[in-house]
Amino acid sequence: MSKFKSAVKKGVPPLSTASLPDIVFMILFFFMVTTTMRQTEVQVAVTVPKATQIKKLEKKSVVSYIYIGRPITRMQALYGVEPMIQMNDKLVNEEGVPTESVKDFILAEREQLAESDKNKMTVSLKIDQNIPMGKVTDVKQALRYANALKINYSAKKDYRNLATR
Amino acid sequence: MAKRAVPEINAGSMADIAFLLLIFFIVATTMDVDTGITRLLPPIPEDKVKEKEIKVKERNVLVVLINRSDQLMVEGQIMNVEELKDKTIEFFSNPADDVSLPEKEEVTIEFPPGQSPRFPNGTVNILVSKGVVSLQNDRTTTYGKYLSVQNELVAAVNELRNQFCVENFGRKYDELDSKKSIDQAIIDGINDIYKMNISEAEPKNIGGTN
Repeated sequence: MSKFKSAVKKGVPPLSTASLPDIVFMILFFFMVTTTMRQTEVQVAVTVPKATQIKKLEKKSVVSYIYIGRPITRMQALYGVEPMIQMNDKLVNEEGVPTESVKDFILAEREQLAESDKNKMTVSLKIDQNIPMGKVTDVKQALRYANALKINYSAKKDYRNLATR
Repeated sequence: MAKRAVPEINAGSMADIAFLLLIFFIVATTMDVDTGITRLLPPIPEDKVKEKEIKVKERNVLVVLINRSDQLMVEGQIMNVEELKDKTIEFFSNPADDVSLPEKEEVTIEFPPGQSPRFPNGTVNILVSKGVVSLQNDRTTTYGKYLSVQNELVAAVNELRNQFCVENFGRKYDELDSKKSIDQAIIDGINDIYKMNISEAEPKNIGGTN
């Protein structure tokens, strides 16, 4: 009789937290593996325009980035306020078509790609929406000379206009 | 000598350390996906080709101009960006065979067989527009305006493609999966019917000099 009584009286056993570190480590490893550290610091202010017909860039490893915008406040003492082109860590502001610097950049980026990916190379243009087109046209022209023809005008999804059309 | 037991290491703080690292990596991770409008630039023409310009009939060209104050002019009319999509759709489809809108030529397109009830064996003869959009802008046009115009042109072509896809295959164009070979063949076929014919002129100053 007393045997049964003691069984009923027993309270909730304390929750074991012994597996908590394991779970946390699991999530930690997931984040460590998926993290890609940003290798370049963007030195120009870029607000990309909005668009409705955008597509995702599938393979990030074949994408190179060219930024065009006015230098951020911290950099204005050094570079002024005129729109500049940033490729990797270098800021360029040339008169006319920046053929040489774009070609150097494209060659360096293409060098890093695997042989099978070289024709898939895409250049993502992150351009501020208030930049005059002259600069953009120059870069596009330079990209044509460098034979990097696949480009992507970076844009954010326009949710406001999406509903009406 | 008495054997002394090594005291057990307290693993209670292990979770705290792991949490600390976890939070660091969560904060440092950038999960942003890059999105945008993908286009293909025309290659630099070789010297011989440069000499003779390709002649296109006037009815086959939709001239889109953006001036230095971001105003849009389509075929000589001032227009809002919102109207451009419908205008472009009308231009490419030319439903009434208007003489001022582009010509069409008959093209044989191969689709994978058995996908559409309209053409069970896959081969179809279809009229394809010869229209080309000519987009010209000033050097001082803002990039935002330029991209919104590009966006409308792409939207027009995408809508035509989608319309064709729904009518003939009963599916939406953007629901086709390019990883499946049959879907990819359908996409290629539709892209041959409605081409993204946007030609960009060499830059010049429109609407006053700087």
